[in-house]
Amino acid sequence: MPPTFRRVANFLFRHPRGALALLLGPPLLWLGVVYLGSLGALLIQSFFHVDEFTGQVVRSFSFATYAQLFSPANLDIFRRTTAMAAAVTIAAALVAFPLAYYMARYARGRVRSLLYLGVILPLWSSYIVRVYSWKLILAKEGIVSWLFSAVGLSSVLDAVLAIPGIGGPSLSFSTLGRFLVFLYIWLPYMILPIQAALERVPKSLLEASADLGAPPGRTFRKVTLPLALPGVVAGSIFTFSLTLGDFIIPGTIGDSSLFIGQAVLRHQGTAGNVPLAAAMTVVPMLIMAAYLAWARRLGAFDAL
Amino acid sequence: MSAAAVRFVDVSRHFGEVRAVDGVSLEIADGEFFAMLGPSGSGKTTCLRMLAGFEQPTSGRVELHGRDVTDLPPYERDVNTVFQDYALFPHLTVADNVAYGLTVKKVAKPEIRRRVGEALDLVRLPDYGARKPAQLSGGQRQRVALARALVNRPRVLLLDEPLGALDLKLRQQMQTELKAIQRQVGITFLFVTHDQEEALAMSDRLAVFNQGRVEQVGTPAEVYERPRTVFVAGFVGTTNLLVGDLATRLTGSGGPAAIRPERIRLLAPETPAAADEKSAEGAIREAVYLGMHTRYTVDLDAGGELAVVAQNLDADAADAASAHGRRVRLAWEPSAVRALVG
Amino acid sequence: MRSDRRSAPPRGERAPLGLKLAALGAILFLHLPLLVVFLYAFTTDQATLTFPPPGLTLRWFGLAWQRVDLWQAFSLSFQVAAVSTAVAVVLGTLAALAVVRGRFAGRELVTLLVILPIALPGIVTGIALRSGLALTGLPFSFWTIVAGHGTFCIVTVYNNVAARLRRTGRSQIEASMDLGADAFQTFRRIVLPGIATALLAGGMLAFSLSFDEVIVTTFTAGQQRTLPIWILDQLTRPRDRPVTNVTALFVIAVTTLPILLAHKLSGGGEREER
Repeated sequence: MPPTFRRVANFLFRHPRGALALLLGPPLLWLGVVYLGSLGALLIQSFFHVDEFTGQVVRSFSFATYAQLFSPANLDIFRRTTAMAAAVTIAAALVAFPLAYYMARYARGRVRSLLYLGVILPLWSSYIVRVYSWKLILAKEGIVSWLFSAVGLSSVLDAVLAIPGIGGPSLSFSTLGRFLVFLYIWLPYMILPIQAALERVPKSLLEASADLGAPPGRTFRKVTLPLALPGVVAGSIFTFSLTLGDFIIPGTIGDSSLFIGQAVLRHQGTAGNVPLAAAMTVVPMLIMAAYLAWARRLGAFDAL
Repeated sequence: MSAAAVRFVDVSRHFGEVRAVDGVSLEIADGEFFAMLGPSGSGKTTCLRMLAGFEQPTSGRVELHGRDVTDLPPYERDVNTVFQDYALFPHLTVADNVAYGLTVKKVAKPEIRRRVGEALDLVRLPDYGARKPAQLSGGQRQRVALARALVNRPRVLLLDEPLGALDLKLRQQMQTELKAIQRQVGITFLFVTHDQEEALAMSDRLAVFNQGRVEQVGTPAEVYERPRTVFVAGFVGTTNLLVGDLATRLTGSGGPAAIRPERIRLLAPETPAAADEKSAEGAIREAVYLGMHTRYTVDLDAGGELAVVAQNLDADAADAASAHGRRVRLAWEPSAVRALVG
Repeated sequence: MRSDRRSAPPRGERAPLGLKLAALGAILFLHLPLLVVFLYAFTTDQATLTFPPPGLTLRWFGLAWQRVDLWQAFSLSFQVAAVSTAVAVVLGTLAALAVVRGRFAGRELVTLLVILPIALPGIVTGIALRSGLALTGLPFSFWTIVAGHGTFCIVTVYNNVAARLRRTGRSQIEASMDLGADAFQTFRRIVLPGIATALLAGGMLAFSLSFDEVIVTTFTAGQQRTLPIWILDQLTRPRDRPVTNVTALFVIAVTTLPILLAHKLSGGGEREER
C-alpha cells in the first residue's frame, strides 16, 4: 500500500463524517438525481398541459390535465382497473393461503426449501415469458380448450365465455383471461408475506388454544387467521399496486378496453402527451398511498 | 515518570449528557499486569478502547511510553488487543490469522513463519496452524486471539474481558496461563474484567471503576484490606457496611466504615475478648453452611446486624443447622475496621 | 421447557389431505405454464397454438440461431444487464456499508430510498424517468436504459450485503485495525472476503432482474429493443411464434440460473434476501 493510501486512510479516520459522505455520496447522488429527480419531473409534468391546437406541451402550471382525468372514458379506465385489482387481490389471497399455510406449518427440511424455491423462482424469473405462456395456453386451440373438451365440458366453457363483462370470443380475448393471468403472475407476491406472517405465529399460542379446549377449526379461525391477516394485507399491497400499474397483461390478453397502464403508455408515446400520462400515473399512486396508510394501521408493514 | 507504559491524563468521554468516563487519570508501569475492575457501564471498557484507539476522548490525553497517542488511529499505535469475542477472521486459517499483523506490515515470509510458530508454541497450540477458527473450541480460539496479538511484539497488550466466555475450570486454568505468559514475554498486560476474584488473583495492581471514575488504585492486598470508598469495600469481596448509629457504636465515629466478615471472631458469650479487641454481644439469626466455611448473620443486642464468616475448623453442617438463636460474642481488632469515604 | 420454536413444525404431524391438494394445486398453477412454453418450443405446428402438439422438432432452434434481430436484442439485454449490475454492485455495497457500519440519523430513510424504485410499480418508475427525459430533453440511449435498470437493481445488492454485514459484527474490523491495517487494507483483506458471496448473490439477482425487465424499459428505450421487448413485440405475430417460443425458453434459462445460484450462495437459506 503506497503511503498516499495510508494518508487518505488517516484523514478519513479523523473525519468520520467525510468518510460517511464518501460512502453515501455516490448512491444518494444517483438515487437522488435519477430517481427522486424523475419523480419530481413526473409531478411537474402532470401540471403542464398540451395545447389543443398546436399539440405541443405548454410548460406552465395548470390543472387542465388533471381536469381531463374526470372524462367519462378516463373514469371508466380507473374503475375497470381498480375492479380488476380488487378481484385479483381477493382471489390471490384465497389461492395463496393454503400453500402458505402448508409451507409455514407442515413443510420441513428439504421439502420446505424446495417449496420456497418453487415460489421464488417464478417471482424472479422472466415476467414477460410467463405472460407470454398464457397467450399460448388460453388460445382457442390451446390447452385450456383441449382440457375442457377432453372432459366433455366445452359447453361450460362456452357458457362462461358468453357472460358479458367477463367473457369474450375466446379466453384469450376475455376479461376472465386477463384475470387468470394477473392471478398467475402476482401469486408469489401474496404467498411469501402470508407464509412469513404464519411462521411468526408462536406454536405455543396454538398449543394453548388446543389446551383450552378449542377444536382445530376454532383455533384456526380465532387465532391463526387474525395473526395471519397482516401478511394477507401485505401481499395485497403488491397485488393491488402491481395490477393498477400493469399494461402488458391487459395489452396481451383481453379485449381492447384499456387499463390505466395502457392509457399511460399510449399517451406518453405516439400521442406525445406526457403531461396526461403523468397525471394518470398520479392516480394509482394516490390510491396506493391511501391503501398503504390503511395497511399500516393493520400492521402489515411488520409482515413484509 | 518516563517509565510509565500507559498514562491516562484526565481523560473524559461524554456521549451527550452521559459521562461514560469522567476525568480518569491512571499510570501503568512497564511490565505490570494491571486490571481495570468494575461493574458494566463503569467506564473501564471505554478506557481500554480509548487506549486501543477505537474511541476518542472528549477531553484529556492518552500516552503510550511517553508519546501522546490521543489522535492516532489504532493501526498506528504500538498496542494490540485481545477482544472479548476473539474476533478471529473466519475466512483465514489459524496461521494466517496469527500472521495477519505481520502480513499487513509486509514482513518477509520466512520470518512470518518463524514468528507464527513461536507464537503458537507460546499459547500451546503448536500444530493448529492449518485449521480454521470454526473448527476450534472457545478456549482454543481465545489462545489464537492471544497469539495473534502477541506475535506483533507490542509493548502493551490489552485484554477485554478475555475469560468471560469460558467455564469455571477453564477460566481458572487460563488465569494461570496468562500470568505465566506475561512473565515470559515481559510486556505490560492491561485487562478489563468485572470479576473481582479474577482481578485479585491475576493483577499486580488494579483500578476500581465506578460510574466513569476511578475510585481506588492499588495492589490487590491494598484494595481488599484497605478499601477507600463505600463502593470499593462493597464491590471487592463482601463486607459489613457500617453507617450511622451502628458505626458510631462500633467505631466511635459516625462516618461510614467497613469490616470484613472474616475478621470478626465468633466466641461463646462467656469467653472474654482479647485485651486490644472490641466486642459486642448478640444472637445468631442465620447460619449458612458453605462447605469450607460457614456464614453467620448475627443480630446485635444493641441493634443492627453483622455478617461473620468462620472457617469450619471444628464446626460442621450439624453445628450450622443448630446455630439458630445461639448467643455469641463477636470480637474484632479495631484496625480491621476501615473508615471509608463516599 | 416447552420450546417456543416458531418455524419448525412438529414431527409426525400430517397435514390434512385437502390442504395438501390445495397447496399442490397452487404450486402446479405456478409452474405448469412455463412447462407449456418449454413444450411449445419443440412443436411442429407453426402457429404453435394447438394442443396436443402434432409433432416435435428441433427446427426452430436452428432458425432462432440465425435471426440477426434476435442476436441484437440479446446483445443489448446482456450489455444493459452487465452494466446495470456493475452499477448496482458498487452503489449497493457503498450504501450497505454506510448504513450498517455508520452512525448517523436517517439510516431508515436511506433504506427507504433504495427500496423505493422496486417498491413502486414499474409504471411509476417508467413514466417518472420518461418525464425526466422530457423535461431535460435528453435523447433515448443505452444509458437511459441503464439509468432505469441500475436504479432498481441497487436494492438486491444492498439487501444481501447489508444482511451479511449485520451478521458479521464490528469487532473483526476493529481487530484488523488493531493489528495494523488501515481502512482500505481492512476492506480488502477482511470486509470484502466476508461479503463476497453476498455480493455475488445480489449481483446475480440484479442481473436476472435487469435481463428480464420490460416495463420500465419500454419507457426508456426509445427505438432499441432488449430481449424482453423483442418478445413483447412478437406477441401479436403468429408466424414468428416458434422462434419466440425458443427465445422464451432461452430467457427462462438465463433468468432462472442466476437465481438458483444466488439461492445457493446465500446458504440455501429460507430467508431469501430480496
